[in-house]
Amino acid sequence: MELYGKNAAELSAMLKNREISSVELTESVFRRIDETEEKINAYVTLDRENALKSAAEIDARRAAGEELSPLAGIVMGIKDNISTKGLATTCASKMLADYKPPFNATVMDKLAAAGVVVAGKLNMDEFAMGSSTETSYFKPTKNPYDTDRIPGGSSGGSAAAVAAGEAVLALGSDTGGSIRQPAAYCGVVGLKPTYGAVSRFGLVAFASSLDQIGPIGKTVEDVAMLQTAICGHDRMDATSARREYPDYFRGLENNAQGLKIGIPKEYFGDGIDGEVKQKIMDAVKLLEKNGASVKEISLPSADYALSSYYIISSAEASSNLARYDGVRYGYRAENYDGLIDMYEKTRSEGFGDEVKRRIMLGTFVLSSGFFDAYYKKAKLLQRRISAEFSDAFGEVDVIATPTVPTTAFRIGENTDDPLKMYATDICTVTVNIAGLPALSVPCGCDSKGLPVGLQLIGGKFTEQRLLNAAYTYEHLRGGFPAAVI
Amino acid sequence: MVKGYEVVIGLETHAELNTESKIYCDCKNQFGLEVNSQVCPVCMGMPGALPTLNEKVVDYAIKMGHALNCKINRVCKQDRKNYFYPDLPKAYQISQAEVPLCENGYVDILVDGEERRIGVTRIHIEEDAGKLLHSDKFDGCSLVDLNRCGVPLIEIVSEPDMRSSAEAKAYLETLKSILQYLGICDCKMEQGSIRCDVNVSVHKPGEPLGTRSEMKNVNSFSAAVRGIDYEVNRQIEILENGGRVEQETRRWDDVKGESVSMRSKEDAQDYRYFPEPDLLTIVVDEERVNALKNEIPELPNTKLLRYVRKFGLSQKEATFIAESAELAALFDGCMAKGKYPAKAYATWLLGDFIKYLNDTGKSVSDTCLDADNLTELVGLIEKGTISNAGGKKIFAVIIEKKEDVAALVDKLGLAQVSDSSALEAIADEVLAANEKSVSDYKNGKTNALGYLVGQCMKASKGKANPGMMKEIILKKLG
Repeated sequence: MELYGKNAAELSAMLKNREISSVELTESVFRRIDETEEKINAYVTLDRENALKSAAEIDARRAAGEELSPLAGIVMGIKDNISTKGLATTCASKMLADYKPPFNATVMDKLAAAGVVVAGKLNMDEFAMGSSTETSYFKPTKNPYDTDRIPGGSSGGSAAAVAAGEAVLALGSDTGGSIRQPAAYCGVVGLKPTYGAVSRFGLVAFASSLDQIGPIGKTVEDVAMLQTAICGHDRMDATSARREYPDYFRGLENNAQGLKIGIPKEYFGDGIDGEVKQKIMDAVKLLEKNGASVKEISLPSADYALSSYYIISSAEASSNLARYDGVRYGYRAENYDGLIDMYEKTRSEGFGDEVKRRIMLGTFVLSSGFFDAYYKKAKLLQRRISAEFSDAFGEVDVIATPTVPTTAFRIGENTDDPLKMYATDICTVTVNIAGLPALSVPCGCDSKGLPVGLQLIGGKFTEQRLLNAAYTYEHLRGGFPAAVI
Repeated sequence: MVKGYEVVIGLETHAELNTESKIYCDCKNQFGLEVNSQVCPVCMGMPGALPTLNEKVVDYAIKMGHALNCKINRVCKQDRKNYFYPDLPKAYQISQAEVPLCENGYVDILVDGEERRIGVTRIHIEEDAGKLLHSDKFDGCSLVDLNRCGVPLIEIVSEPDMRSSAEAKAYLETLKSILQYLGICDCKMEQGSIRCDVNVSVHKPGEPLGTRSEMKNVNSFSAAVRGIDYEVNRQIEILENGGRVEQETRRWDDVKGESVSMRSKEDAQDYRYFPEPDLLTIVVDEERVNALKNEIPELPNTKLLRYVRKFGLSQKEATFIAESAELAALFDGCMAKGKYPAKAYATWLLGDFIKYLNDTGKSVSDTCLDADNLTELVGLIEKGTISNAGGKKIFAVIIEKKEDVAALVDKLGLAQVSDSSALEAIADEVLAANEKSVSDYKNGKTNALGYLVGQCMKASKGKANPGMMKEIILKKLG
């Protein structure tokens, strides 16, 4: 197998034993990018020269006998809403098409310290608003399992790059499912950490109270390895949690004995595709057969979750994206007459339709006279949803649901129907609203050969237990067919 | 009352806190540095940058809350106030909307000798915005200086409890002296460290409150007085002419001495306040609230009332001393000795001492004056050992050098002759030499007395005790 096709855990061992060099790995990944990128469109910006340079540096340090982190020399892609000093961070928007941050996101500093090689910046829905990566200003990313289909979103570039072998690992961000949903569509593993587990400093905000950076990899091991490197308290992020974080990779256990799995009936309703439902139940049964217990539970407020999610996230987005006004950086309209006209033209021309839709929605729900009816009510629902999860975790260890109601849809299929597009987030948004950790792990393919994702949800800061459950399942499931491009 | 109308005034006062660093980042909080030199991704609102709260700001605001007798909300949050302006990089200001850090307080002020209690609705913390720079040199552009972005502010909102521009001025001056006492604000008006918005309405006595206007851009206390007087007259004129006062926001132009309408109620901005999701709820434990309370000294407005009531100083004298913490400490030190009347000290402090400080630019602690040597000096004069003029000579020395006051009397030869036999000898001599004046006096020309005393002083080379001298002459003239 080519190096680009191997997973991070394998490559880490090979690099450590000096069977391969980081430069060889980097070259392999870039050869793959040369082969497939035209069909996949995973990257907005490639940084080949610097990637090779840092790979060579890592090799030199290793040759000098330095003790390096497990991720040293591993090639990664970074979602393009994570600030990388001196390297364009566009959020896949015309607004920031030329923006180069003067500082690194905290996660980038952590990855740099770990010796990770950054191949480039990955495509996404504009400002992370979307479920298909079709709202990218630059280009739509394609699903490696079927290039006529979307890879999901908003971290579509991240999931597609990992699935296609264009990156060994990737960072995504998840506000309402943006890591898990594309991971499910692209047959890879994606973890949305507990809110506060990974610093948001340098993550270009979409909805501050929901956003989390998280890892995407081919296997649970890979995801555990990357999560270990990026989590931790950060004084630059007031919402980051001050606590001890374990080494998730070393803590992995292949054991389903005693695991209590909850099946919330509200997540298996009419909107869920029959084949998807079947794959999820198969996966749960497999775990049950190997020592887990399964229990039906109820999360009754799930029906309202989508509405409250779109109210809260759009409200915060309308405020977070107000800074793109053409005054200091980013796009500014060429012709305007006075300040107000400059604002209006800049923002009309610089943002795409979906972003504008959310800004308008968010502005509306925060307006005086509507605030109580929308925003306040949504925040009340948030409390209720959190309480229902808390109650559920009194009874079970993890909750299993489909990650997405269907498998990947065709490019353009949902673009004219925002509500249908929003509905693809129905199984994932509650997790963000409650600030919980959740992951998506591939659990088979439908009859079209498209991957299905099993979502496992845990209580706050139970990432290790979630990863262990997924790791155990992964062993029981066996290998997963790679995408053929 | 102005022209038969009652005036109602409420003030929103912004004070910049003098913390080391800004409210949400590590940038230095300092005025007057090079344009855009005290900035970072956080205060410039760069994508992905996040605020973290400087806890010192909370401490300072709580102190002000205690000083203004407020209830401290130990649990409160911060909110975003959304609006577009080029000096506001995030396009929202982090402030406090629903629950302020401090609320329901009051402050006692003294206006024309009358005590007044002004209600304080709330005190909340927020960040300042940057500053736009306009100049013909900028080629049709406006430039922005972001150094001030993120400078911590407290906004102090009063109840509409003031009834005249004089009361508003006294209230503002009281706030200023309290801020100075607490050491939490530089109070440099010319640098904009205190600014206020003024709400004014007028109504006939016995009638409901009138419609208020809000006036912005009031940058000094005297401008507040001018602005209020202008606005009161403008509103009365409208009403007298049968018109209606509009609820609106106006802008005070202190150069032209007039206010102009900025926007009406219909155009009022919707700030779409909502809880700031990047920051945690502020939780202050009781211990911290109490510890901050214990750090608060006796405040100038309390001192002022004490000086007037207990020591019998005039409002002017008392205000002057109370407004400077150092001067007040010196004065209180003197009074603690319980020896001489307050007036005797006040005369020195408000006279020669202030003149010296103004001339030299020194502060109280730069001088050598203290409660001991000042009390000694006052005592020598009260006892008649030296004259007032002699006292001035000694004062000039002890203000700059730690010298023994008693020794100075001898060294400078300032001791008065208070020995009555010596004085009588001088009197006899002078009366004998000035027979005409003596007869003038006896014929009713009483001002001849002054002449005779003056001659005696001259004969004594200025050392005679003038009071005693006068009495002896009077006795001798029968």
